Amino acid sequence: MTTSDESRPSAAGQSTDSAGLTTDVVIVGGGLAGLTLATALATAGVPVICLDRDTPPTQLETDFDGRTTALAFCSKQVLAGAGVWPHMAEDAEPILDIRVVDQESPLFLHYDHTDVGIGPFGWIADNTVIRRALFARVAELPNLRHIVPASVTRIERDSGGAKVTLADGRVVKARLVVGADGKNSFCRKSAGITVTTWTYDQSAMICNIAHDQPHGGVAVEKFLPGGPFAILPLTDNRSSIVWSEKKTLVPKYLDMSTEAFTAELQRRVGTWLGPIRVVTKRSAWPLSVLHADSYVAPRLALVGEAAHAMHPIAGQGLNMGLRDVAALAEVIVDAHRLGLDVGGPEPLARYQRWRRFDNLTLITVTDLLTRLFSNDFGPLKLARDLGMAAVNRMPPLKKFFMRHAMGMVGELPRMIRGEPL
Amino acid sequence: MSTTSTASTISRSTAPSAASPSGGTVDAGEIARFSAIAAEWWDPRGKFKPLHKYNPIRIAYIRDAVCARFGRDPNGPLPLKGLRFVDIGCGGGLLAEPLARLGAEMVGIDAAGRNVAVAALHAEQSGVDVDYRHTTAEDLAASGERFDVVLALEVVEHVAHVPLFLQSLTTLMNPGSEPGAMLFLATINRTPKAFALAIVGAEYVLRWLPRGTHDWRKFLKPSELAAGFRPHGVTVRDITGVVYNPLRDEFSLNRRDLDTNYMLWAAGTE
Repeated sequence: MTTSDESRPSAAGQSTDSAGLTTDVVIVGGGLAGLTLATALATAGVPVICLDRDTPPTQLETDFDGRTTALAFCSKQVLAGAGVWPHMAEDAEPILDIRVVDQESPLFLHYDHTDVGIGPFGWIADNTVIRRALFARVAELPNLRHIVPASVTRIERDSGGAKVTLADGRVVKARLVVGADGKNSFCRKSAGITVTTWTYDQSAMICNIAHDQPHGGVAVEKFLPGGPFAILPLTDNRSSIVWSEKKTLVPKYLDMSTEAFTAELQRRVGTWLGPIRVVTKRSAWPLSVLHADSYVAPRLALVGEAAHAMHPIAGQGLNMGLRDVAALAEVIVDAHRLGLDVGGPEPLARYQRWRRFDNLTLITVTDLLTRLFSNDFGPLKLARDLGMAAVNRMPPLKKFFMRHAMGMVGELPRMIRGEPL
Repeated sequence: MSTTSTASTISRSTAPSAASPSGGTVDAGEIARFSAIAAEWWDPRGKFKPLHKYNPIRIAYIRDAVCARFGRDPNGPLPLKGLRFVDIGCGGGLLAEPLARLGAEMVGIDAAGRNVAVAALHAEQSGVDVDYRHTTAEDLAASGERFDVVLALEVVEHVAHVPLFLQSLTTLMNPGSEPGAMLFLATINRTPKAFALAIVGAEYVLRWLPRGTHDWRKFLKPSELAAGFRPHGVTVRDITGVVYNPLRDEFSLNRRDLDTNYMLWAAGTE
């Protein structure tokens, strides 16, 4: 594996001495958000080290992460700006059309990408495809050092700098530590940052299906009584299923025979894709919300699920994370180009102002949607059907919702606008 | 520079600082005031908050002008590498340290010993290489050291003997530098607007700066600086205003409004 630490003993912009490795930014966690930030920074000339617990071969094993991700237009922009997108473009399926259906109601919202006029709404890709593209990009960047496997045991931060100690005794010194280490972030906990969290009485079951009929690039979101049910188009006549269901019913569906589960799925998918086959393991993810009470501490910034982990109803999890990445990358690069301290109070305050309120708004709206749609009460259902039909007939309002779903609102970071960092 | 001339150039009779070197244009009262708040230099929300806000603008102005003249890519790695800079009145190192990170071979000088100590300590903690010295522009010029880029930002309005100070700045410019050494200066204009904003606004209304930080009578007009350089064969090449937007709480360049803060760079007359 060309991305392993051993193959690159002296990366540009880094220095190694008896006291350890020295760089500008050290990213703890090499998942989708962490590595995208690492590649974005290195592309813009900022020396960076990314630490990951698992090696690339482990992460590319089929059972490591069988999930798929719906990448909004803004996320593709971020991946393109980081030089990652060319390595995955062929394996990502464009979403050309989104249909939102309330149970079997005839009134539905229909979004066609030609309404917005800047290309597809988004793309669906296997997480493995994104990871492989990230590793390929890492190999192209001499000022990015990917240290794997690495387990962080200690993080020290003070006004002079930060020091990250690994289990094998190695020490990485940097101006800024980025916590991209997921929901149970060690970085967040070690800084004593508290979280606000709540859970839903729902889990999301996830699997991929293959089908005879083409999906035509259409994504479908159905609001069923148990929760939202999404069919997202993948390459090669496959689709990804995200099926939210009451927690108590989930074990029943997971334990069913493949035939019985396929029949349950087929009933919910309908007939438009022809006969379906389940082609991956079924897995279930409890739906919950976690929001860090601060995204920053001295010399520390949190991105992705370390800052916010959310119910996947609107498919926004990684998309929010990549917007964090675009904002934080811009803040870091701006400071770096002026020779300013990239981990100083000013860049971190700017990042927090930029992202935390945006994410909180999205979490609140998503929570309202969940409560509104996971409900069979007659008047409420009628109201939301009429609401959807009304939105459908009012192009400006519809355009507003579409641009929101695509992540094209607010003060956009340069990467999302498609400009170089 | 002899100590007799020091006495003759002190414009206000406050207690002279014990830390004052043998500089000729240094105002002892000014040194005492700045030393008192030197430890707070690096707190972006502290007493130097406006300077922290202004800092990115002036760094970008210097970086871009130097890169354009010396043929560098301002966004490339270490764009100032190999160029010798001196920052006069370096204070806590707010300007010297970032420019050193961009590759400049940086000498930072200040007439206040405590500033130099604070700046050196901070650079060491941050792992940045800056050669800080407790000296004055006059003494450094007399020592024969020369530089590709001479910086005197927010300093001239605090010196006691402006013509002598400007002469020292031009002497520090390396005549062998290709395509020619640059001199950067930033200060406050002597206009009623500057009095309203920089003194009444910054010292009394916003309380950004301790009262008495600035003396309006010591502010200089751009034409006065240009006239001060001319006898030494140095001409102003570019000048821009810097304006503060209170709603956005940020500074930005404004090429038309030189009424309050302005920056310029000068070089040998062609």
